Amino acid sequence: MAMREWGSATRARTSTWTRPRWWSWAVWTAILVPGSVVIIGLVSDLLLGTRWLGSNPVKEGELVLGQLTIKYLVATLAVTPVRRMLGWNWVQRDRRTFGLAACFYGLAHFLWYALLDIQLDLGQLGTDLTKRTYIVVGFLGLLVMLPLALTSTVAAIAKMKQRWVALHRWTYLVPALGVTHWWMSVKADIGEPVVYTSVFATLLGWRWWHARRDTSGHAATPFTRPRTP
Amino acid sequence: MRIRPPVPDDLRSSAITPESLYLTRREWLAAAGLTVGAIAGAGALLPSQADAQQPLGKPFGLQPDDKATPWADVTSYNNFYEFGTGKDEPADMAKGFKPRPWTVVVDGLVKKPGSYALEDFMKAGRVEDRIYRHRCVEAWSMVIPWRGIMLGDVLRRADPAPGAKYVEFTTLYDPARMPGQRSAVLRWPYTEGLRLDEAMHPLTLLATGVYGRDLPNQNGAPLRLVVPWKYGFKGIKSIVRIRLTDRQPATAWNVSAPDEYGFFCNVNPTVDHPRWSQAKERRIGEFLRRPTLMFNGYADDVASLYAGMDLRRNY
Repeated sequence: MAMREWGSATRARTSTWTRPRWWSWAVWTAILVPGSVVIIGLVSDLLLGTRWLGSNPVKEGELVLGQLTIKYLVATLAVTPVRRMLGWNWVQRDRRTFGLAACFYGLAHFLWYALLDIQLDLGQLGTDLTKRTYIVVGFLGLLVMLPLALTSTVAAIAKMKQRWVALHRWTYLVPALGVTHWWMSVKADIGEPVVYTSVFATLLGWRWWHARRDTSGHAATPFTRPRTP
Repeated sequence: MRIRPPVPDDLRSSAITPESLYLTRREWLAAAGLTVGAIAGAGALLPSQADAQQPLGKPFGLQPDDKATPWADVTSYNNFYEFGTGKDEPADMAKGFKPRPWTVVVDGLVKKPGSYALEDFMKAGRVEDRIYRHRCVEAWSMVIPWRGIMLGDVLRRADPAPGAKYVEFTTLYDPARMPGQRSAVLRWPYTEGLRLDEAMHPLTLLATGVYGRDLPNQNGAPLRLVVPWKYGFKGIKSIVRIRLTDRQPATAWNVSAPDEYGFFCNVNPTVDHPRWSQAKERRIGEFLRRPTLMFNGYADDVASLYAGMDLRRNY
């Protein structure tokens, strides 16, 4: 079976390199440090009058959290191509970690907006979530991520089996919603949304290419899936 | 020499400093000075504390709790796409910009067109310091002590011809000096426009300074428009041409997104931007949002300009 997974075995490169010991530290640092910097920056700016997040720390923090969500989505979708192209099979377990990070930052982005930016103005929240298309699109992205995060446990994977695979195919919708939300939210300079749209297009295009080459390949394969004995 | 009363005759009552505020002006200024001083202490560049405690000008349309936004924010949080689209980019990318010598052309439907060196251009009026509220269309705001002359004085000197109904402003177009113009995020050069009566209004200012100093490059050096009852992007920067016309001029943001930015762009809490509410604003330096005021708090002075107009349609 392993030979049939994601392209043919003859083309898949293998690596004798095992997971480096520092790798987990690097992953967790990459996930926890940016968020901590944003929170510490906001507290410092509001209470001490520093300008770590600039003159409008609430707005800046909101933007940074949104961009981090997109970046962890890139990392999530990059895991499988990296594994296939470099033969780093050990990287596969980080896909869930990055996916959870994306969901965590997406939720933080939304809560930041609701609590700190519009400050629980329920009237505005209602208008935004019904009439402002870019906010609706972003919120849908978060709604799609939540069930994926909640079913990311080993127990859920084991219990749901093929339904898990089907559910987690929704992952591919999230970056589309995310960049659309970003694209629609900028006033004029769409430079960064264009860059990330191209990155996602490349990552999804790579999958499409491989899926076409090998119809038995599964886009969403839980990392705990048993390999060839 | 012509002597002008400190407050133009046609200015309405709210533009005149309320007596209570006037009587407490020393406390007010001290408070403003304290804020600025605190920032300076934190290592930001600005005027020495002594500078900051000098009178910054007459407050126009301010509310009792309006305090001047610190220099560090006024000069580091800028929308000036000619020097980058990030808020902090203009302060960095405009560092090498040389705003002098500078020439301003006044032409179109005027009896006395002219091309002026900036120094001569400024002789049209009396330079004064005025503290205005500043409301960005992005729902943040500041309180800024500008220095400048009334646009009306410039127009009176040029002597509008009978058919003149609008004023068109144009920013310098020079991609070598304004690197942001090398990418087509907006139609360059940036243009803006006012109706002639808006332009002649005594609150409408052509500023050459802020906080009693020459405008920093990122704030639109050497000459920018300030129209305090309109969203900030109407305040076109680094102006090289002022042209009077008989038809409504095209404006950069209206060309870019006509459904989002109209010609008037008056601050109006009841007319939302299509993508966000304009009912409240975040004052830079404050956490809790403030309600946005009709015409940014200048309704008594300017509402009559728009009598009978549907402000929802004329956004």
